Amino acid sequence: MSTDASPAAAAAPIETDAVIIGAGPVGLFAVFELGLVDIKAHVIDILDKPGGQCAELYPEKPIYDIPALPTVTGQELTDRLLEQIKPFGAEFHLGERVDVLQRLPDGRFNLKTDAGTEFNTKVVVIAAGGGSFTPKRPPLAGIEAFEGTSVLYSVRRMEALRDKRVLIVGGGDSALDWTLALQPVAKSITLLHRRDEFRAAPNSVQKMRQLVETGDVRLMIGQVTSLDGTGNQLEGATVKTKEGEERIGVDAMLPFFGLTMKLGPVAEWGLALNENLIPVDTEKFETSEQGIFAVGDINTYPGKLKLILSGFHEVALMAQQAHKYVYPGKKLMFQYTTSSSNLQKKLGVS
Amino acid sequence: MKVRASTMVKITFIQPDDSEQVVEAEPGVTLMEAAKLNDVPGIEAECGGACACATCHVYVDDAWREKTGVPAQMEEDMLDFAFDVRETSRLSCQIKLTPELDGLVVRVPAKQF
Repeated sequence: MSTDASPAAAAAPIETDAVIIGAGPVGLFAVFELGLVDIKAHVIDILDKPGGQCAELYPEKPIYDIPALPTVTGQELTDRLLEQIKPFGAEFHLGERVDVLQRLPDGRFNLKTDAGTEFNTKVVVIAAGGGSFTPKRPPLAGIEAFEGTSVLYSVRRMEALRDKRVLIVGGGDSALDWTLALQPVAKSITLLHRRDEFRAAPNSVQKMRQLVETGDVRLMIGQVTSLDGTGNQLEGATVKTKEGEERIGVDAMLPFFGLTMKLGPVAEWGLALNENLIPVDTEKFETSEQGIFAVGDINTYPGKLKLILSGFHEVALMAQQAHKYVYPGKKLMFQYTTSSSNLQKKLGVS
Repeated sequence: MKVRASTMVKITFIQPDDSEQVVEAEPGVTLMEAAKLNDVPGIEAECGGACACATCHVYVDDAWREKTGVPAQMEEDMLDFAFDVRETSRLSCQIKLTPELDGLVVRVPAKQF
């Protein structure tokens, strides 16, 4: 469970034709459209699985406006797209966030992720939807000062919490998993949840209840109302319960309130932005930077509708222009998958 | 198709600074949609009404709690992702407006996250 990130590798950058940022439905279909015009892509996503919002926000919820699929869930749509793009062998880099995107002297682009993976590519396709999924920050006064040192949204090293008094807040799998994992390591664990019901795996809940029973974990039903500490070191949290307010001494807090979407590093890449969206033209879906495209929910143009359907259309047109950059001077003949033996070969069906 | 003013549902949104905004919406839309259609600040609805993000959290005025009802299991689970949850907490995407809710009063939390 510990996600010890490998140290920023000094490995040579991956040389490629296209990098797609975002593995939501539109990013996935971009693999398909680029693949048909012989452009191989690498796909990067901050989530640890493909599907974007479809997989993270509504895997079980039906979508009714995908052409020819009267009803399909977010997860089914993702799975079908993955199957459809399989012939093109895109490489996925999951659980990574693109932090740097800059133009190289030779006109190509250099990208770096927070995990140290580096790419040199001819074109970039930003299919980042609503931005990067980031952990929700409880709106508590002064919390920013403690973040990264004593307020942690993910645990990179369990050892950092050895012999600490840890407050874990939340009622889902993350909260329960970390309660169980950290209990033998930490000096004390307090699990705080707003109600005495947990959405986590029943097995984890049962184990947690046992630890509460034996006095190894303290379970509190309530909510944090304020934090106190010195510098970046958290010292206490005030918790409101049915019985009233209580301040508990803690060295670290792990809040698990799910994820929210933030534009994130996209804002720092020097692209023209309009209210956190990337303006593009409607012929090529290209941004203010030649060779960088924006498709799906993250772009804007007159008449834009944030529909998966629109994103599918956008990637098809984007691929035509991308082909010009990747294969300059090479004429692209428009073909149908139904009749072109060339396309069918690429799809592995002929 | 014309909707007579009398069939519209009036809702009062009270902001954390106690300022009030009265909006009108057609029955059948959700409280979240009514807020978004009328640019009520503080209702984010990041997931677009799928009960999947808890950023359309509101507090229902005590006098209206019986009529708006209690959260279903899925909504209750999703409220775990909201902040400063109270007994009156609801996700506004899960409240469908009906003529019976004409006059509804809800408070917007200080922050959705």
